[in-house]
Amino acid sequence: MSQPGAPARADASLAVDTLTVQVGGDWRITAPHPDWIDLIGDRLPGRVVLTGTELGTWDSSLALFISAARRWSETNAIALVLEGLPAEALRLAALLAEKPPALPEQPRGLPNLPTAIGTETVRLWRETKDLAQLVGECSFSMGRFFRGQAQFRWRDCLAEMQQCGAMALPIVGLISFLVGVTLAYTGSLVVRQYGGDIWIADMVGLAVVREMGPMMAAIVLAGRTGAAYAATLGNMKANEEIDALSTLGVSPIDFLVMPRIVALFCMMPFLALYSDVVGILGGMAIAGAQPLNIPANLYFAEMQTIVDLSDINTGVIKAASFGLLIGLAGCWRGLQADRSAAGVGQAATAAVVTGILLIIVSDSIFAVAFDILGW
Amino acid sequence: MNPAPAISLPAIEVAGLVCAYGDRVVLEKVSFAVKRAEIFFIIGGSGCGKSTLLRHLVGLHPPVGGSVKYSGHDFIAASAAERKELLRTFGVLYQSGALWSSMTVGENVALPLELLTDLKRREREEIVALKLAQVGLAGYADYYPAELSGGMKKRAGLARALALDPAIVFFDEPSAGLDPITSLKLDELVRQIRDTLGTTIVIVSHELASIFDLADRVVMLDRDAKGIIADGDPRQLRDGSPDPRVREFLNRRGEAVRQQEGSAP
Repeated sequence: MSQPGAPARADASLAVDTLTVQVGGDWRITAPHPDWIDLIGDRLPGRVVLTGTELGTWDSSLALFISAARRWSETNAIALVLEGLPAEALRLAALLAEKPPALPEQPRGLPNLPTAIGTETVRLWRETKDLAQLVGECSFSMGRFFRGQAQFRWRDCLAEMQQCGAMALPIVGLISFLVGVTLAYTGSLVVRQYGGDIWIADMVGLAVVREMGPMMAAIVLAGRTGAAYAATLGNMKANEEIDALSTLGVSPIDFLVMPRIVALFCMMPFLALYSDVVGILGGMAIAGAQPLNIPANLYFAEMQTIVDLSDINTGVIKAASFGLLIGLAGCWRGLQADRSAAGVGQAATAAVVTGILLIIVSDSIFAVAFDILGW
Repeated sequence: MNPAPAISLPAIEVAGLVCAYGDRVVLEKVSFAVKRAEIFFIIGGSGCGKSTLLRHLVGLHPPVGGSVKYSGHDFIAASAAERKELLRTFGVLYQSGALWSSMTVGENVALPLELLTDLKRREREEIVALKLAQVGLAGYADYYPAELSGGMKKRAGLARALALDPAIVFFDEPSAGLDPITSLKLDELVRQIRDTLGTTIVIVSHELASIFDLADRVVMLDRDAKGIIADGDPRQLRDGSPDPRVREFLNRRGEAVRQQEGSAP
């Protein structure tokens, strides 16, 4: 036996027609070790003897070496004699020679264009049906709720309200204030050219109350609460918690989805109003500074000449419906999630994307509708 | 790692290990040594700290006190570089395989080789094929973990744990969630790996069948004792341990435990 810790080696010596390969030392897969092909080069002897009399410790690297020798001897039709090698190493090497059983092929890679279009269309159709089904189930659940038959827990709903409403105040406030500031800056570029500095109040007030307030609150909540709903429900689904509810005869829609959607529906108008106020303050802060120098009371009085209750109402109506849509998107994606860690992550992402998409689409529908109604 | 090196230090030597989460001490002054090429079981009832001990042994939690030595090298006091070196000498099979779900089985096994060795791509592929063949998953390299059954995931996890030919492999509840036959096959595989490569095996389990089938030695932990209450051959402990808790655990009876719970306030 060799000294412990000696590096792995393989020495080839040619005698007449026989190439003797002597392996020795400690073979470790994590340390450098000889390679059969490098060792042999393009020599083609009559027969090869592989001996392992000086071998120290060994692991899979030796098995790989033996298996490479076997393969080489088969391809070149040269006799290979194995001497003094550990039986276990030979057994390991034999594992590599076995052909793996033929397994059913898994579909991989990108499909061709028609297939891709086809699958996408089918998926889109299925998703639409899925969403419609959830909306339907929620409507039934609503009916049960008003008849007092739903397993709806106000405790859960209030906790959700705190999460999506009160806890969101700092971030909604910050973003709304900054949006008010940027609106005032951008607007001042235009109004100052006409000497109409004071109209900045009208512009910021109207934009914030009708559009940006509800919109910014909704976008923040889509990212904050919609994603959280999808992740929570997705996790519950992966953990079979939703199945546990179903087998109790409790509708997951009544128990999990409705409290969340109701919480968002109730809190969004308040958040939108709060966002309106903070956004107007943001605009006021810029208007009060150089170069506009509009005092706060003047700004406020000017704003009241154009912003009236109907503007605030449209904002609040939009906010409530955005709340519904965010809750619906979050819960829908959560219930749809794959039962895996990756599935939950994808559900959260999809919830935000779907939520924002629904917000923007419905916002433009509202814009047209309010225009026709003259609100 | 065949045959054993000339200097025969124990593969793992634990002395006075104290494990705690915050202020809650789970294990107090645990000491034992695991010989090379031994199949060593850490057993005990639920909540006794088996998994905690395992997590401390593999360095996922720093112990509050005591030492863990691998072949004489101190793991706890090791510098970051030494620690990394030591980490490479052992593999861990987690309870549900813990395969990285975004990679195929082959990529899972190849990742340790890719990150920690200088092997060429061809060699890496051969080792992946070898390891998968060793655990009986030849041909499954291109499957994703989600496409495998529970038992196959564990086998794949084992292939990954074996990728660097570790000197020690830790198993966390290998039979959890497996049917008796699959669990038996996994036990056979574990023995085969020990016999082939002389790997030291440390298994956390409460599966009696596996314990009697495989274990060379067991240590039993107890929740109230916060430490080891028995150490030795499982059959001898079952029939002749002076501690009734040990006999009852290994005989699958519960009189003393029930009495104890009855008398408890």
